[in-house]
Amino acid sequence: MSKYKKNIVISAYILIFPFVLIYCLFLLYPTLYTLLFSFTNSPLIGWGDWVGLENYIKLWNDKFFWKSLKNTFVFVFWTVIPNTIIGLMCAMMISRIKNFLLSGALLACFFLPHILPVTVVTEIWQWMVSKQFGIIQEGLDYLGFKRIGFFSQRAWAMPMVALITIWWTVGFNILLFIAGLKNINPELYEASDIEGASALQQFKFITWPLIWPITALVLTLQLIFQLKIFDQMYLLTGGGPFNSTLVVLQLVYKQGFQLNRGGYASAIAMVLFVIIIIASVLQYQVLKSKDRD
Amino acid sequence: MKKNITISWILLTLLSIIFALIFIFPLYWALATSFKAETEVIDPNWSIFPKAITIASYIDVILRSQITTWYVNSIMTSFGITILVILISMPCGYALSQLNFPGRNILFFAVLASIMVPGTALVIALFVLIADMNLINTWSGIILPQILSPVCVIVYKQFFDQVPKELREASLIDGASEFQILFNIYIPLNWGITTALALVTFIAAWNNFFWPFIMTTQQDMFTVPVAITSVDDAFGIFYAREMAVAMLAAGPIALIYLIFQKKVTEAIMMTSGIKG
Repeated sequence: MSKYKKNIVISAYILIFPFVLIYCLFLLYPTLYTLLFSFTNSPLIGWGDWVGLENYIKLWNDKFFWKSLKNTFVFVFWTVIPNTIIGLMCAMMISRIKNFLLSGALLACFFLPHILPVTVVTEIWQWMVSKQFGIIQEGLDYLGFKRIGFFSQRAWAMPMVALITIWWTVGFNILLFIAGLKNINPELYEASDIEGASALQQFKFITWPLIWPITALVLTLQLIFQLKIFDQMYLLTGGGPFNSTLVVLQLVYKQGFQLNRGGYASAIAMVLFVIIIIASVLQYQVLKSKDRD
Repeated sequence: MKKNITISWILLTLLSIIFALIFIFPLYWALATSFKAETEVIDPNWSIFPKAITIASYIDVILRSQITTWYVNSIMTSFGITILVILISMPCGYALSQLNFPGRNILFFAVLASIMVPGTALVIALFVLIADMNLINTWSGIILPQILSPVCVIVYKQFFDQVPKELREASLIDGASEFQILFNIYIPLNWGITTALALVTFIAAWNNFFWPFIMTTQQDMFTVPVAITSVDDAFGIFYAREMAVAMLAAGPIALIYLIFQKKVTEAIMMTSGIKG
């Protein structure tokens, strides 16, 4: 009783009330709703009958579900690792330039795409690779290659969306890496210079081990972010050609909104939900180990 | 040896500049295209710089599409989201930081846990909820799924933790209430944080595609980023106009970024350590 002061407790509850209300209404409730919905054969709006695990059994045997899961992971693979490597490379490139104006201009070049709305990104790239008038196609002509339908050819659709995603998001990683590089003591490089270490050795023995906590952070942040892929894929390929770029969230959208199967869509969503929670727990562990260092 | 280093330095710097120019080229190309005449855009004798700069496409977009309506929708929803996120997160961060109350630890754990929850995976339930509230095709319908920001709560808590305790104790002795302390001491001392968080929240809200896309079906309720995909259908294959509309959609955000570059960068750093 003596631990809490009455007027402080009342003030606290008033202060946290809006957050708690929103939290319950737009997070707890939808989570529970999605979970319960996934055990029913409901349409999008309104409740159907309780069918137990039927949706999950159906999902297990649904080749589109597995395909979308595979595509999501392929997309994650094509984006997360290159995005991290390119991010680190660009950050090293920029941070070795001491001229403030030049490094600022370079950073702006890499970061500007990151603040664009996704639809602007997709519009720009649809124009860049447009089969008829795209400048990339002109380049292919010039080099003597055949024109490529980047979003309509099975071999190109996924890598192209991944490339565009990297173009869009790498600026964020560069920012984090630059901050990390700034924290490395410059004396380490000076000392190794005197000892005659090569640039490669410096990277291997100084930069890489010391930047690793940031690398791990970038990797896990990217992993969580890219698992939620929907926007670019939907806008650029619509899941095609022949479902070769159909991703999990798009299957949720398709089943729920286009085929009016709310229950089944919720079951798929629950799987994605669990995958992302696992990835987040992984990230939390990474962050905790970073704080310990 | 010394000379060798300077040559490789120059080469590396040149390489960096070339790479940066290639990187930014799509953006330049979109901008250049938007200032060309449609006939020049599809002319096989294309050139990197527009031969004749024209704003015909921009005028066309402004006069023949509903872009002003889309702008109003974007501005109102983005401001709504930003204000609500700050007003909801700040008091909660203050309570978690300074006040002792039953359930404090549970709340803090719930905030941390919710960072991990992917809102987009709850799209079915959130759509049904907004539909039940009769808010499909309204500003509120676009705003509501985007106002929960556990990251902002954590950032506020961290910064409020650093405010010297003496300030609070002194005002308590003077008989100030918790609300007065929050508004007269903690908020003014942390204006920088509030501006930084407001900026990134606004940018994220303006750029968001998913929620307005799900929550609106009528063209006149679209936000700018959602609407520009529908301009394709209206205009067919007129690329100068499409690029003009894309530039109009990106313009306000690019401007905000260029003006507040340092603040935006700072805010991204602050939120990314924990942001999921």
